[in-house]
Parts: sequence; structure tokens; C-alpha cells
Amino acid sequence: MGDAVEITGLVKRFGSVTAVDGLDLKMPRGGLLALLGPNGAGKTTTVEICEGFVRPDEGTVRVLGLDPRRDGTALRPRIGVMPQGGGAYPGVRAEEMLGLVAACAADPLDPAWLLDVLGLGGARRTPFKRLSGGQQQRLSLACALVGRPELVFLDEPTAGMDPQARRLVWDLLEALRADGVSVLLTTHLMEEAETLADDIVIVDRGRVIAQGSPSALTAEHADDAQLRFRARPGLDTELLSAALPEGYLVRESAPGAYRVAGIVDPQVVSTVTAWCAQQGVLAEELHVGKRDLEEVFLELTGRELRT
Amino acid sequence: MTTTPSAGRPRFAPGTFTPAPGSGRRGRMLLTHARVETSLTLRHGEQILLTLLIPLALLVGLSLLDILPTEGSLARVDWITPRILALAVMSSAFTGQAIALGFDRRYGVLKRLSATALPRWLLVAGRLAAALVVVALQVVVLGAVAALLGWAPSLSGAAYGVVLLVAGTLSFGALGVLLGGSLRPELVLALANLVWFVLLLAGGILLAPATLPGAAGDIVALLPSGALAEGLRAALTEGTVSWRPLAVLAAWGAVAAALATRTTRLT
Ligand SMILES: Nc1ncnc2c1ncn2[C@@H]1O[C@H](COP(=O)(O)OP(=O)(O)OP(=O)(O)O)[C@@H](O)[C@H]1O
Ligand SMILES: [Mg+2]
Repeated sequence: MGDAVEITGLVKRFGSVTAVDGLDLKMPRGGLLALLGPNGAGKTTTVEICEGFVRPDEGTVRVLGLDPRRDGTALRPRIGVMPQGGGAYPGVRAEEMLGLVAACAADPLDPAWLLDVLGLGGARRTPFKRLSGGQQQRLSLACALVGRPELVFLDEPTAGMDPQARRLVWDLLEALRADGVSVLLTTHLMEEAETLADDIVIVDRGRVIAQGSPSALTAEHADDAQLRFRARPGLDTELLSAALPEGYLVRESAPGAYRVAGIVDPQVVSTVTAWCAQQGVLAEELHVGKRDLEEVFLELTGRELRT
Repeated sequence: MTTTPSAGRPRFAPGTFTPAPGSGRRGRMLLTHARVETSLTLRHGEQILLTLLIPLALLVGLSLLDILPTEGSLARVDWITPRILALAVMSSAFTGQAIALGFDRRYGVLKRLSATALPRWLLVAGRLAAALVVVALQVVVLGAVAALLGWAPSLSGAAYGVVLLVAGTLSFGALGVLLGGSLRPELVLALANLVWFVLLLAGGILLAPATLPGAAGDIVALLPSGALAEGLRAALTEGTVSWRPLAVLAAWGAVAAALATRTTRLT
């Protein structure tokens, strides 16, 4: 059996914008691959090319061994698609929409069961436009899964979902993988990619800039470890930097979440806690370890916001 | 962090999602698609206004008031009802269809559905089947109201009238898909309404081609609106079966369908 997805030298331009710029990617059958990258990196474009919606300018794409455009008729019954947003009549009821997609499949899952599982049992008769953003996402996910596909493309499946729904989706993804379904997803949640994916591909400006298993990616880019702790937001990180020897980088990655990058030895830990004590704050959840995927991602793609 | 649920056991029994891909049966796909499209149309307030309330208002108004020039000794309701049926077909199969399709593309519906096993031709066939159902309902309601107003159609032409209604729905439906499938929804909305208005007044629906000056009448009889209205009038008042209007409708439908297969975009 060949790969679930195999892309070589893929290029896609929109006018003067090169959305995908020589991208290579391989995903084995039964695998779960997470495509990461900043906004506008070309993730959706790549996925839509795999689904046969967008015509590539250069390169070859094989999905389940088929050309998504030429062999679309043979391919579409075998894949499930969750687009990034939209994908339903505004006035359609949740159960009607899922029923319609289910009717297109030979041996679909029970739509009513799937709606219940996804917490939409009470919204069966609610028109799509009156579902909340997270509920719309869940319906869209249901549409991708209902036909029992062998490969699913999920474009930011957990975007806009509350923590409970997100956890449910993670369980679903685990179950899909256990049952042998190949999954290609895009996400901005590093935690999601790190815990679920067999393979991670990071793209930026339409090119692959790093790939590998989550542990390989974090190990590869972890020449130096880091120290993380939580304290009240707004501590003066410059001051803490000054208290440490040359070459240590201190930042507040999220309000109240601090990271000290550099070679973490006992002396550094002691300096940090002592400095906190001087400020009259308790350093909580002090943790020394290799960098997580988010650090690696920021390192690779830069810390500036893309415009 | 863990992805196992709090209960500590997997939430889904093994094998729940084991792949079993394949295409649904065509008949079932068509039926389900047509049913969804039909109920969406019938639930949509603006569509009901366009497809039913305006034709009803015109039917009642023009039957009771002496505004339009009719022909010969014909009762006003007998003259106006076939024309209103033509308007009903144009409203739902063309204008309503085009606008709905334009916005469905915007909302990613076509993309969603074409990501399933639903073949492209079925995507259109489902919409046209829904249009036929809606036209049938329009004809029942409008016909019943016309009957109350004294409408007495020629029964010998009724069967041919049905043929013309079906041909008109398919032809206008193809034109609706052509317009709704290629332009931005805002533009579709504006154009579909404009065309509706122009054809209503000058396209042979409210004014019979024969009453138009010079060559205008001949040209209007070649428009799908003029052909359908005149064909229905001849069939339902005189019982005349003339193949000309059917040929005109078929030609418009064929050209529109051929163009639409090239110009229709999913988004
Ligand atoms: N249909 C289109 N026409 C013109 N430009 C497009 C089109 N689709 C995408 N682009 C451009 O291509 C680039 C890649 O877009 P894409 O949607 O693939 O990014 P993405 O990685 O999915 O981003 P995000 O994380 O925000 O979803 C962007 O610069 C975008 O503006
Ligand atoms: Mg995207």
C-alpha cells in the first residue's frame, strides 16, 4: 500500500502571491499528520489541493494513490473533508445537513448517534446560522466523518471550540487513528499537535521548514533546556535577565507564564527563585525541561506577527 | 496532559470508525438532495414572497381590474392565469434558484457537497428536481385561486400545458444555474431581480407579444418568458399544441446548460 498523501514540489500562486512554494510532504496510511504554520503559510491551500478543489500550478499530488483532480470521482467517496469554516446552507437544520452528507455514502455512521456524540443532540432542528461557532465546527466535523472515510482532512478542527469539545475531538482523533483512519489536520494549537500527531510538518511561506515526530522536533531544537514558572503577570523580565549571567533570555510567553532560555543549572534555578523572593512573589509550577513545541515553532517561524 | 477521558476508558468502542467508504445510491442521493433544497425554499420567507405572493397578488389584481389589454372575448382570468403560471416558473426556477445558488456558493455549500460522493451532475439535478416540486406547488395554489376567480382552462390543452411547465422549469432552471453559478452573490441578486422585472414587463409575460409594436413581438416570442407565456396561453385557452414554444425553451435550456458546465464555480 502506498502513502495516504504524497506531495512533491507543489507550487500554487494566486496572482502575485505564492501560497505554496515547492512543498514536499508524505503521510503514511493510518498516520496522523499535523500541518502547522503561521497564518497565511499555505496550509489551507495545500489541503484544498489534496481535496481536488484547487488546481496546483506545479508539482504532483497523490492522495490514496490518486490524482485529486483527474481521479476526483474515485477519490471523493473515500475521503472526509472538514473545511476551514462554512460549508452549510444558512437555513439548513443540523440533522438535515448531516443526513444529506450521510445519504451520499454507501455505509454511513448513524447521523443521529453522531450528533449526540458531538453534543448536538439538542440542536438537531436548529438552523445552521443559529448554531454557535463551536457547534457549527462540530457539525462540520460530523459531516467529515459520517461516511466512514479512510482518510480525513480536517482544517483547524478545534478552532473556536470550548475545552470540553476540544477534548472530545481529541478522543475522536485517537479513536480514528486506532481504527486505521488516516488523518491530516491543520492546527494552531501546539499542544494538540504535540500530543496527537505521529508526524508534524511546519510550513512557512509555502515551504516546509521542519518536520518529524513531536519528540524528534523538540529534541532537535533543544540544544539548551529551559526553565518555566508561573507568577503574577507583569514581572520585569529585564530585571530578571540582568540578575542572570550573560546569554539567558527571559520572556513572559503568556500573562503570568515565564520562560528562561539558556543552560539551566542549579545556580540559575537558585538565582531565579531568589529574585522572585526579592520581588515578594512565589514562583509556582517551576519546571526545568526541554523546550516544548511552541518554543520550537516560534524559534523557527520568528516571533513577529505576520502582516 | 492526557487525552483519555476522565472516566479512564476510551469513549468510543474499537472499530466504531473502521473505514467503509463508498458512494451512496444515486436515487437516494437525488431524493435527499431534492428534499433538502425544497424544504429550504419553502422555509425561506423572501422566496415565498417572490414565488407565491407576488404572482398571487398579480393574479387576483389583474383578474379583477381591467388594466391589461386582453384578446377578443376571453375572460380576464382565463387570459391572465397562464401568464401568471409562466411568471411563477420564472420566479422560482430562475430568479429564486440563481440567488440561492449564488449565496450557497458563498457559504461553501457547493464545496461541502462536492467533497462527498455526490456527482457534479447530481448537484444540479437535485436543485432542478426541487424546482419542479416547487413549481408543482405553485401551480396547485395559483390554479386553485384562479378557479375561485372563475378560471376555466381548456382541458384538451392541459397535458401539453404540463409539458410546457416542465420544459419551462428546466430551461429557466438552467438559466438560473448559469447566472447563479458564475458571479458574485450580490451581483447575482441584482441581475436576477432585474431580469425578472424586465421579462415580466417586456418579455411577453404581462403584455402578449402580439400586442407589442413591429418586430418586438417576434423577438419577445423567442424569449423563454414569451415562449412559455404564449405557449401556456394557447394551450390553456384554445387547447392549441404548438411545438414552437417548446423548441424555444429547449434551445434556451440547452445553450444555458452547455455554458453553465463551463462557467459554474464551486465558490
Ligand atoms: N483564493 C485565493 N485568492 C488569492 N489569494 C489566496 C487565495 N487563497 C489563499 N490565498 C493566499 O495564499 C496564502 C496562503 O493562504 P492559506 O489560506 O493557505 O493559509 P493558511 O496557512 O491556511 O492560513 P491560516 O492559518 O490563517 O488559515 C495567503 O497569503 C492567502 O492570502
Ligand atoms: Mg487555513
